Amino acid sequence: MVENRPILNIVTHLVLILGVAIVALPIWITFVASTHEETRMLQAPLPLLPGGFFVENFKQTFFGSGLSGSQSAPVWRMLLNSLSMALMIAFGKISISLLSAFAIVYFKFPFRMGFFWMIFITLMLPVEVRILPTFEVVADLGLLNSYWGLSVPLIASATATFMFRQVFLTIPDEMLESARIDGAKPMQFFWDILLPLSRTNIAALFVILFIYGWNQYLWPLLITTDTDMTTIVMSIKQMLEAAEQSPQWNIIMMTALLAMLPPVFVVVAMQKLFVKGLTETDK
Amino acid sequence: MLKRVHFQSSILPYLLVAPQIVITLVFFIWPASQAVYQSFLIEDAFGLSTEFVWFENFEYLFGDELYLDSFLRTLFFSAAVAFMSMSFALILAGFADRVVRGATTYRTLLIWPYAVAPVLAGALWVFMFNPTLGIFPYFLGFLGYDWNHYLNGNQAMLLVIMAAAWKQVAYNFLFYLAAMQAIPRSIIEAGAIDGARPLRRFWTLIFPLVSPTTFFLLVINAVYAFFDTFGIIHAVTQGGPANSTTILVYKVFNDGFVGLDLGGSAAQSVILMFLVIVMTFIQFRYIENKVEY
Amino acid sequence: MASIVLKDLVKNYGKVEVLHKVTGQFEDGEFIVIVGPSGCGKSTLLRMVAGLETVSGGEIYIGDKLVNDLEPADRDIAMVFQNYALYPHMSVRENMAYGLKIRKLSKVEINKRVDEAADILEIKDYLDRKPRQLSGGQRQRVAMGRAIVRDPQVFLFDEPLSNLDAKLRVQMRLEIRKLQRRLGVTSIYVTHDQVEAMTLGDRLMVLNGGYVEQFGTPIDLYDRPASVFVAGFIGSPAMNFLKAKTIGGNVELSNGTRLKTNTKLDLDLTLGIRPEHLVADPNGVIELETEMFEQLGATTLVHGRLAGSGEQLVASMPGHVAQEPGSIMKFGANADALHMFDAASGKRLEQ
Repeated sequence: MVENRPILNIVTHLVLILGVAIVALPIWITFVASTHEETRMLQAPLPLLPGGFFVENFKQTFFGSGLSGSQSAPVWRMLLNSLSMALMIAFGKISISLLSAFAIVYFKFPFRMGFFWMIFITLMLPVEVRILPTFEVVADLGLLNSYWGLSVPLIASATATFMFRQVFLTIPDEMLESARIDGAKPMQFFWDILLPLSRTNIAALFVILFIYGWNQYLWPLLITTDTDMTTIVMSIKQMLEAAEQSPQWNIIMMTALLAMLPPVFVVVAMQKLFVKGLTETDK
Repeated sequence: MLKRVHFQSSILPYLLVAPQIVITLVFFIWPASQAVYQSFLIEDAFGLSTEFVWFENFEYLFGDELYLDSFLRTLFFSAAVAFMSMSFALILAGFADRVVRGATTYRTLLIWPYAVAPVLAGALWVFMFNPTLGIFPYFLGFLGYDWNHYLNGNQAMLLVIMAAAWKQVAYNFLFYLAAMQAIPRSIIEAGAIDGARPLRRFWTLIFPLVSPTTFFLLVINAVYAFFDTFGIIHAVTQGGPANSTTILVYKVFNDGFVGLDLGGSAAQSVILMFLVIVMTFIQFRYIENKVEY
Repeated sequence: MASIVLKDLVKNYGKVEVLHKVTGQFEDGEFIVIVGPSGCGKSTLLRMVAGLETVSGGEIYIGDKLVNDLEPADRDIAMVFQNYALYPHMSVRENMAYGLKIRKLSKVEINKRVDEAADILEIKDYLDRKPRQLSGGQRQRVAMGRAIVRDPQVFLFDEPLSNLDAKLRVQMRLEIRKLQRRLGVTSIYVTHDQVEAMTLGDRLMVLNGGYVEQFGTPIDLYDRPASVFVAGFIGSPAMNFLKAKTIGGNVELSNGTRLKTNTKLDLDLTLGIRPEHLVADPNGVIELETEMFEQLGATTLVHGRLAGSGEQLVASMPGHVAQEPGSIMKFGANADALHMFDAASGKRLEQ
């Protein structure tokens, strides 16, 4: 701060606190809703302060099949599906991007630039613009309702490849020369030198990709019809539809809370890596 | 682009790029080319015969009022989301930049909506604005304002804009704060010595200096509003009432998967692809011209 | 231990040839310094020996083995890089052991060699530290240690001292020389610093624009530079060059002054005289119009121009000399301290 202005300082904090409050309000209301009985959640005005039914709601949501009378899988199963999908997407993207960036930066081979541009093009083809034909491909391959079908079509990644390419380019050439004189073969160099030197970048990217994977919606919605394959994020929409007949807002909001908890936890706990990941992949 | 020294190997680099290339070909390039191909076809109502019709699907789209409305609506939606979320983030970042201690605490409290899935964001907002039970309609009722986004298209649009902007505030805040903290303190101090008061300094020094970030965020927010908000629309309004919140991505999905109009949906995909290419191009131009402080 | 032979070595980058038929034979245990201005191709030459650059033409032998197409690791060499190229995520011990581990030496053997090298280089106390926790000089030692543990046939040094401050550079220079003597390993050392080159090398290869200007002992190069380029590059302060021609066995400078020699040549030439070979002499024929006196303590450099010609001339005189700038000083020079070069080609002419 350049100069001392006590009033401005107070205003600063007031504005920021207000901003935090506005941003947090939807979550607070979600939390409050998840702590009340079903019947309380049917009377307007809805409560603004937490009630005493958090544990009951949690048990009913986590182990039960969500809404009473619905055929969906239990929430723990959905969480497991989401976790598998998120991890597969994050690991998959990181692995194949590391390998292709390694090839593109450290090898000279015919069609190198051709491959580079092919990877670049994926940047321009978000899943939303090619949903129907991609769906057909996955269906033809028999991957509907499988973890492979959920994750593999999403793991090609130009941004991750570019980021690793950037990281590798900043590693001094002498690392490679020195490793070659030491007798390291390409894959030894990759494991012993390149991977350890890219550690923090990998971790930062992992945070971003975990969130990306966890929050996938349209794609799982299309390719899973089996209730056992439902992800937690998808289930919210189904519950909202059901809510039009018999609203069980306490359960819906508890599910929403559980659905956002893992990625929010990752962001808050690994804030530094998260910020690094965001700013590096979008450059 | 390439290291001065590189490995000599005949087959290994191909093996290394193979996974990425195979996935790209099978799940990206092949489907995208299918979409382009299908956009030139018309299928009859029973899926029995297809006819190659060149640009007829596109001509039809650009003559279709529903599509043009959706196009304009998407533009409005994107502009509104970007403006709301960026200005809110800019103000908060401007204040957070002044805070010496506790800046990271505020940051922590402001960034986590980034991690909330769009469809969840939609669910939270639709709950808060539920016409019969929601908190906000209840209080608005006291003011004599009747809220029902299931019936009122403008209210529905406002609701999806708020939900989409809320989720994006975190991202914009982070980038604005980082950009402001990258401005050398000496520039601000020089401004103070020149007699500029804090508000004036903000508008005449800080805001112009973060303009590259503003431009970058405009592109990012536009891409976000165009493509990543499907979940919000799907959860909150399903494009309704009366198509008043049907943005392009939602329409592609709806016409293709619900309406089963393959040619028309494919043509819409191709137009979207074109838009992404334009935005990617602008984004890369931005990197080249990135201003250094 | 091994000798190294370079035979008509050529390097092209696309159509540009950067090394032109470089030839030289380096004896077993010799310390060879390749010296030249930046861009002369000296690093490229070293990297070709290392196997980090491909050979466009000619042959490289290490020992009796043609190594043109061998991987660096198979050439039995070790290299010390300008920026040390230590692996930042490994401790000093791991850095030194990495190459041995890849060669699948036993743990016992690896530890033995690392400890020995650490002993020699006095870095025992830092073995568990990471490179970023070390000072520049310590990193330099680790880089040397990494080369030593390999027990190679050849050491290659690529300007290893240029990242150190002046004082440390002198100290490390001496240590490298002592170490090389002690280990007796054939070494090639690349530098642009002529003092480093003179003090380190058994023999020097002077490169200029991809050509070998001269290859010989430091004293050879100093006493009998093969060209104007070598003459100007070796020795500090640099040699004076004056326009001259031969007239009846004598040399006439541009201002008409005649110097006595026994030359049988008859042509235009460039005459070189080292500043330290200009001897103050009241009867001397070389008249210097002084402009500035640079006091270095042990010596004084007298800068000025050859009277009546305007050509620049520097003389180095022992002790303290101070006069009014503008005064005329007279110098003489021994006939054998005069270097004659062809005015057109710059090549040395024998008297």
